[in-house]
Parts: sequence; C-alpha cells; structure tokens
Amino acid sequence: MALDKRKIPEINAGSMADIAFLLLIFFLVATTMNTDTGIQRVLPPWVETADAPPIKERNLMQVKVNQYDQIQVQGKLVHLSQVKDLAKDFILNVGDSEELPEKVVTDIELVGSYPVSEGVISLQNDRGTSYDMYIKVQNELTRAFNEIRDNVARERFGASFEELDEAKRKAIQKAVPPKISEAEPKNIGGN
Amino acid sequence: MAVIRKKGGKGVPPISTASLPDVIFMILFFFMTTTSMKETELRVAFTLPEATEIQKLEKKSLVSYIYVGQPAKQLQAQFGTAPRIQLNDTYRTPQDILDFIASERDKLNESDRNAMSVCIKADRYTRMGIITDVKQELRKANALRVTYAASKSLGYN
Repeated sequence: MALDKRKIPEINAGSMADIAFLLLIFFLVATTMNTDTGIQRVLPPWVETADAPPIKERNLMQVKVNQYDQIQVQGKLVHLSQVKDLAKDFILNVGDSEELPEKVVTDIELVGSYPVSEGVISLQNDRGTSYDMYIKVQNELTRAFNEIRDNVARERFGASFEELDEAKRKAIQKAVPPKISEAEPKNIGGN
Repeated sequence: MAVIRKKGGKGVPPISTASLPDVIFMILFFFMTTTSMKETELRVAFTLPEATEIQKLEKKSLVSYIYVGQPAKQLQAQFGTAPRIQLNDTYRTPQDILDFIASERDKLNESDRNAMSVCIKADRYTRMGIITDVKQELRKANALRVTYAASKSLGYN
C-alpha cells in the first residue's frame, strides 16, 4: 500500500542533551549530598516524679560539667583528656575493688560467661555549659565504651568490633552495655 | 602546507554528539540516587561540633530534625541574635516540640513509629540551657532516640 511506503520523518534528537542538562541542574540545586553523622543516645523516659531509682554509690560515676566548661569526675576536677581513662577504669574495675562497680557474671550467647559491669555513668551539665564541651564529654564517654568493646571483641573473637557480624556485635553490646545516663538537669552552677 | 591541505580536502570529521544525552542522563541518575531532597530551608546558622565516635544516621525517612542556633545572618536584623529553635520552616518555642513530634510520628507507618529518631543539629557555641529544654520536651513526647549531630574530627585539636 502507498501508506506503508510513506516514511515518518525522524524526530530531531539534538535537543535531548539540553533537556537532560536541565534536569541534571535541577537535581544538583534541589538536593543535598551530605550524610548526617552524630553521637547516638537514648534518653530516659519521662517520669512525673523526679526521684531516680536508687543506685548504689559504688555503681555510679558522676561526671559534671559546669558553666565554665570545667569537668568534675567523682568530685575531682579533671581535664577532658582524662575522662576516657577514668570511665574505662570505672567500668572495667580490673582489681575488683570495693569502691568500683559490681560485676555480674552472665552467660551471653556467643561471648560465653562475661562479668557485666553494673556501673552507670551519670552526666550532668549546667544550663551555661557550652554544647561543644558537652559533645566532647559525650564523645569521650562513648570512646571509653567503644574501646572496652573493641578489647572484648579482640579477646573473644580475635577481630575488632567493626569487623564482626551483626549477631556477634549484639552479643558484645549485651556484655558491654553503654550505660550513660543523662541526669535530670540541675543548675549545678547556680545561675 | 596549503598544498597538503588541498590534498586532504575533507578536514576532521565532526564528532558525533548522539551519545551526549546518554552521558548526561547517566550523571543525572547518579545524582538522583546519591542525593536527597532538601526538605527545609535553614533559618538558623550553625557549625556542628566535632567528635570522633560518630555513627551514620540510618534510614533518613525515620529521622526528624530539630535545629538550634542563632538566626541566619540575613534574618538577624529582624529576629536578633538569641539562639532559636527551628522546627520545619519556622522558629518555634520548646513547647511546640510536643506537637511537632506528634505530627512527625503521624507521618510514619505504624510499624516504623518505634524506630523514629530525632536528630538535634545545634551550633557548637550554644549554651546547654536551650538544648536541655529540647531534651526535656523530647522525653515528654516519648521520642527517646536522639542523635547529636556532629562532624567527623580526627582527634584532638
């Protein structure tokens, strides 16, 4: 038939690149690439009565930061660089001292029996503390727990915590629970 | 020289641009997959604190953002320099956080609501007072998973 022989004119694809460029530029402008990172914490649930459950004196490590960004650990003024080691010593309680937290030997899957520390680190800040210092202290405390975790991982599995699979990580998290409590705010600096 | 050119005659054949759209589309798809939409316009200015023990935020759809900091430069004439809390696109008071969390939670699936988390992006020079207020409101709203946004640092500075 005559109709079949008639050719459809080719569509000019020359402007295709321009259209694609337009879309590309739109996406470049409208989107962001940065992934957010940060220190993760779980806040304590809200309770009407401010009374915290009683914790034995020996199981509690008090870290306070005042409005001049000075750090006090267990009543002593310390430098930021000391916080991590103090926290580690506190949680590990290597010499089974009476002053430091109790340990409860528990059977944990994969890890085996491990003396889980009962210690809680309580972090208290003033309203005048700078956010920067607060994050630095949080970071040091996290670092303490991460280092302990890494040690346990190397000891039990012969690899760093990062290299382990999900199940083993969970087991180690049970053995070394990051107990950092963000205490009820108090105006410890008095302003 | 002129003689040679006459001999060659044809010149350089034009480079075909037929595959240019494909290349551009490829770049486009790359950007579409690796980036995410800007959801809010920042009305506060902040530089994040630095930390070493940071984790990546998983599942961005489950994260709500609270920004704390001084109003952005161009808004300072209008709003002053006292630190503000930004929820969605506007400045709010700590008391509004309860409603904000409730509405954010409503947006999620039933099954995802427990996994919801809040990312606090605050300027490093803010005082803890305002952050503490935010934290207390989050506890009241029962949004307990919190991430303090921080950028990667390599150690002590």
